[in-house]
Amino acid sequence: MANTADSISREEYFYGHKACAGCGGSLAVRAALKVLGKNAVSVLPAGCMSAVGFNFPQLCFSNNSIISTFAGTASMLTGVEAGLRARGFKDFTAVGFAGDGGTADIGIQALSGAIDRNDNIIYICYDNEAYMNTGIQKSGLTPFGAKTTTTPAGKNIHGNIRPKKNMFEIAAAHDIPYAATASVGYIDDFIAKVRKASQIQGTKYIHVIAPCPTGWGVPVDETVNIAREVVDSGLWYLAEYENGEFKLNRKPKEFTSVADYLKKQGRFRHLSDEDIDIIIKSRDKKWEYIGKNFKFD
Amino acid sequence: MRPYVRDKKTFSQSEVPENTCFEAGYLVSVNSGWRSIRPVIDNAKCVGCQQCYLYCPDGVISINDKKAAIDYDFCKGCGICAKICRLNAIRMESER
Repeated sequence: MANTADSISREEYFYGHKACAGCGGSLAVRAALKVLGKNAVSVLPAGCMSAVGFNFPQLCFSNNSIISTFAGTASMLTGVEAGLRARGFKDFTAVGFAGDGGTADIGIQALSGAIDRNDNIIYICYDNEAYMNTGIQKSGLTPFGAKTTTTPAGKNIHGNIRPKKNMFEIAAAHDIPYAATASVGYIDDFIAKVRKASQIQGTKYIHVIAPCPTGWGVPVDETVNIAREVVDSGLWYLAEYENGEFKLNRKPKEFTSVADYLKKQGRFRHLSDEDIDIIIKSRDKKWEYIGKNFKFD
Repeated sequence: MRPYVRDKKTFSQSEVPENTCFEAGYLVSVNSGWRSIRPVIDNAKCVGCQQCYLYCPDGVISINDKKAAIDYDFCKGCGICAKICRLNAIRMESER
């Protein structure tokens, strides 16, 4: 454990930002930049991390950093990488930090294009499961049953009616050199994956679950615990895709209670027992699929 | 470890840069006013395991001589460090 802390830079590259207390997304950005170091060039689309990081004249990124268009995170990364390479720079990493909406809904076309071209970039999606920056609207990565301002919980419809888009396997389906899922609750695993990604040539995609206390309706000090619980309860999984193979990194011996995980959060508090059964069934189906198709050693 | 905080200047419209504005890591304001509770480290219990340092979303915890130290200028008082500490070496105290 102590090795992880010693393996990353002691410098802070994302400091003094105006994110809410206990923000999971800022933890992901901070940890990733501490791995990549001062020569990382980060690209951020509209979203929480650009809103909290660039408040003129306060510039919270200590590395070179730029805001992209909402849809163009990956295409700007392509340009940054090509531009620096053309000017003769060798020791740098082009890294993008986009939220779930900026990745799975608005930025998916640019991301797909960048993976197709196999540009040498790292794309990190910090997934807080809704458009949190604009006030909690449903995104393609909002899970089934979650209450957002655009999917309110009423008598007939209990929050979001659609399941979470499987962004990790969509990225993997491009036959990407490296894709991974992570959670800020298991920061050692996330840091190891960012390091691994930085050493691979080609496009890398990392999908990290980053709880948002404001949007999820949990206390600010629960961010890390809830990010662990989502993995322990089997609703999220830590996996990698490399050389055409899926690999599972962590297999809970026994899942912790899904109901406990859901009921802790304001966005799921309205769910009935039937809704929870639907969530448990879809989890079991997913793990059956993982058991058949993912390697685990 | 962290960028230093500079004096906040006022800008007229004509002075606002059109392109890249300042050098990276240009800080002019602190976040300490956001806090209602503050973490306090019990140095007798702290063993320098660095878990709080790893999990702090704001990066305000540093390790000096195998003990955790908090930068109160930028701590927002979320309390993640107190939850993460297995030795209960961090307690949250009310700000007065």
